[in-house]
This record gives sequence, structure tokens and C-alpha cells, in this order.
Amino acid sequence: MIKPLLQGLKITLTHLFKKPVTLQYPTERPQIEARFRGLHALKVAHSSAKCVACYLCPTVCPAKCITVEAGEDAQHNKYAEKYEIDMLRCIFCGYCVEACPVDALKMTGEFELANYKRSDFVFTKERLLEK
Amino acid sequence: MDTTILGLPLIYYAAMILKVLVVFVFVLLTVAYATYAERKIIGHMQVRLGPMRTGWHGLLQPIADGVKLFFKEEIVPAQASKFTFLIAPLIALIPAFISFAVIPFGDTVELFGYKIPLQIASVYDTQAGRVLDLNVGVLYILAMASLGVYGIVLAGWSSNNKYSLLGGLRSSAQMISYELAAGLAIVSVFMLSESLSLQKIVADQSNFFSWSGTWYAFKQPLAFILFFICSLAEINRTPFDLPEAESELVSGFCTEYSSMKYAMFFMAEYANMVTVCAVTVTLFLGGWHGPLHPVLNFIVKVYFLIFVCMWIRATYPRYRYDQLMRLGWKVFLPLTLLNIVVTGIVIAAFS
Repeated sequence: MIKPLLQGLKITLTHLFKKPVTLQYPTERPQIEARFRGLHALKVAHSSAKCVACYLCPTVCPAKCITVEAGEDAQHNKYAEKYEIDMLRCIFCGYCVEACPVDALKMTGEFELANYKRSDFVFTKERLLEK
Repeated sequence: MDTTILGLPLIYYAAMILKVLVVFVFVLLTVAYATYAERKIIGHMQVRLGPMRTGWHGLLQPIADGVKLFFKEEIVPAQASKFTFLIAPLIALIPAFISFAVIPFGDTVELFGYKIPLQIASVYDTQAGRVLDLNVGVLYILAMASLGVYGIVLAGWSSNNKYSLLGGLRSSAQMISYELAAGLAIVSVFMLSESLSLQKIVADQSNFFSWSGTWYAFKQPLAFILFFICSLAEINRTPFDLPEAESELVSGFCTEYSSMKYAMFFMAEYANMVTVCAVTVTLFLGGWHGPLHPVLNFIVKVYFLIFVCMWIRATYPRYRYDQLMRLGWKVFLPLTLLNIVVTGIVIAAFS
């Protein structure tokens, strides 16, 4: 009965001298991995979004957070007139990126998405465009 | 030094006030920084950092906590027994501090040709050439420890809250059971020292390296361990913190308390811990005797025991209520009685 009690004390004492795993968050930043799924970004090619408004991403989206409306540009090409992602509903599963046939969508390492108004969580096409 | 009050020179009173102030401030600071040390030590034992933001490595955390609690709203529940509710934190806090009156924390020092023993309730008798202190010092400490339970029981009862009441009931049962075992554990020390005076008990442990003058922890190892564990139970430290049991009693007797009244319970808990560690050091670990300056010896030993308390808290889960009672009555009590009998036989055989 005494031995396990002493073993417990030994374990806590050895832990006392271990290096703490704490990340002091706002000052110390976490290392974002390449495959991290954060905020979405619409890829840009020839100074416009690559998206062709095929509706595959809203179709595959399990949280139904993507709204796309197609339009026609001067060259009679289909493009996304409206592209919105509601970040309050998004579950960051990345299915939209997988579904995209023209590789127009990606997920960035951006994870600090807090905001003051609910309407600020609906990311419009302008805010989503790759910087 | 001709003027005397009640047969004692004025310097006696000046020294007394100074001693009280120094000890009070020391205990208060220790209590404040014990909360910080506890958070740090348990943090590191859980491979975390503990407080880091307030001041360098969170050193100002106790002050921030104090200020926060001070500015919180005082809430008295509508159906509470108001007077008892208000007085209970004081009843818990004061005995925790006044136990220090009889603990010798250093050798006799000489100030302006007047010898001052470093123990609050004591005086240097120039005719007899020795220190006179309260000759039932240990009884006084035990009495104060049992007074402390009133604060918790009254707090639990007057809150008019079932969780508080259950916490209060648990604490009264627990403290009374363990007081018995703790009291009996130190009886064997009195049998060896033949005195209840803490000066005499400390003087008995003056020589670490000879058997006759070594620490009582070596002569009475069982009593030492039992007393320390029972003391933990008596002051509601983990793993015996059933009265506050957050998970089942929503912090028990202090559920309804807020602001400074809550802070007083918190201080009482830590002050009790300091007191118990000081008593254990005095009775078993040679008091202020040791290689360093007497006062430093005492402080180092007390701080080590406080560290042990925190270490225990970081290690063990809380006892179940029936296990606690079984441990107190069926294990510790018979063991202490056995220890007394064996000590008695050994003393009789060698005298």
C-alpha cells in the first residue's frame, strides 16, 4: 500500500523538473503546418479569381456555409459573381478544396477569426481573394 | 530600565509588539506567496507553467488576486443567519494565526542588554537564567486547531445552503476524528520530552548527531508521519479536502461566500498549513536547531514541509468520505495507541 503512494510522489517530483509544454500564446506563436486547415482563400490567376462557379463546393459542403452565384463576364466566361463563406457555420473540413475541379480554392494558416459582429463572419469574395 | 509594568520592563513590551508584528507579517506574506508557490509547483508538476503574466514569472499574482477579491461584491444570502455568516470567516482565520504565539522560531537574542527569546509567548527569566514559556504550549496549539473547525461548521450552517451544510458537517466529523489521532500521535513525543513546553521540546532536539539529542522524527518516525498526515486531514488539505470538494459539494462551506470573506477562508486554509508545518518542525524536526542562523533554519524547514504539502496535493486524488473515516478511526487511531504503548514499554525498560 505504501509503495504505490511513494511511486506517485516520485512521478510528480520528476515531472517538476521537466520542461513545461505550455505555449505562451499571444507572444509565442504556434508553428502552423503546411496542411493546416484555416481560413479559406480564393486563388488568383491573371488578376482574377480562378473560380468558375461550378457549384461543386456548396454541393459538397456538409455545413452548407458556401453561397455561390454565377455570372457572365465580357468574354462570355462563367465566373462567381458572388462567393460567400459563413465562418460561423464552416467546420473547416476542407471538402470544398478537395471538390474544386479547377484548384481555385485553398485553406490558409489563418486561425484567429474572432470578430465583433455576426455579419463580420460572413466572408465575401473580396475578403476571400488570395493576397 | 527602572519602570516596570506588571513586574516586567518596558523593553519587554516593545519587544513583544515587535515580535508579534514580525511574525504576523511573515505569516501573512508566507500565506500570500504560498498560493503563488502552490500554483507554480503544481503547474510544473503537471508540466505546465503556472502564473506567468502578472510581474516577472507571475510574482505579483498574489497581489492581483488580493486586489481582485477586495473589490468584489459582498453577498449575504437572503435567508442566511447574518451575524454567524459574517463572523464565521473570522473564527476560521484567527485561530490559524494565533497558534503562532507559542512556536519558538529562533534562539534568544540580546537587545540593549535585555535577552529576548524568539517566541512570542515567552520571557527570559534573569533570576533562573532560562526562558519561560507557556508550559502547556502544545495543548494550546491543539485547542486553537479545534477552534478553527467552528469557523467552517458555522459557515456551512449559516449559509442556508445544502451544499454548505454538508461541507460543514463533513469538516466537523473529519476534524474531530483526525484531531484525536493527531493528539495521540504527539503523546509519544511528550513521553520522551516529559514536558508540554515547546521550548523544552526544541531544546531536547538540539544535537542532531547524538541519539539523546537528535530530532524526534528519528526517535518517533511513526508518530511523525501519522501526525503530519492527520494534520493535513485536520486542516482540510488535499487529499483530505472533503469539506470543499468542488466536484460534489461546489466548494462546500464557502459556496455562498464572496469577496473578502471568501479570501479570509482562503487565507485561513493557507495560514493553517503554515501553522501545521511550523508545529511539525517544532515537535519533530528540531525546531530552529540546525547549521544556519536559527531563524533561517526554522524558515527553511517550514518551507520544505509546505512544499511537501503541495507535492502531496499534486500527487493524490481526494479520499472518499467512508474511506477517510475508516482511515482515521481504524488505521491511524490504533497505530497511535500502539505507538504510545510501545514507547511506554521502551521508556520503562531503559529507565
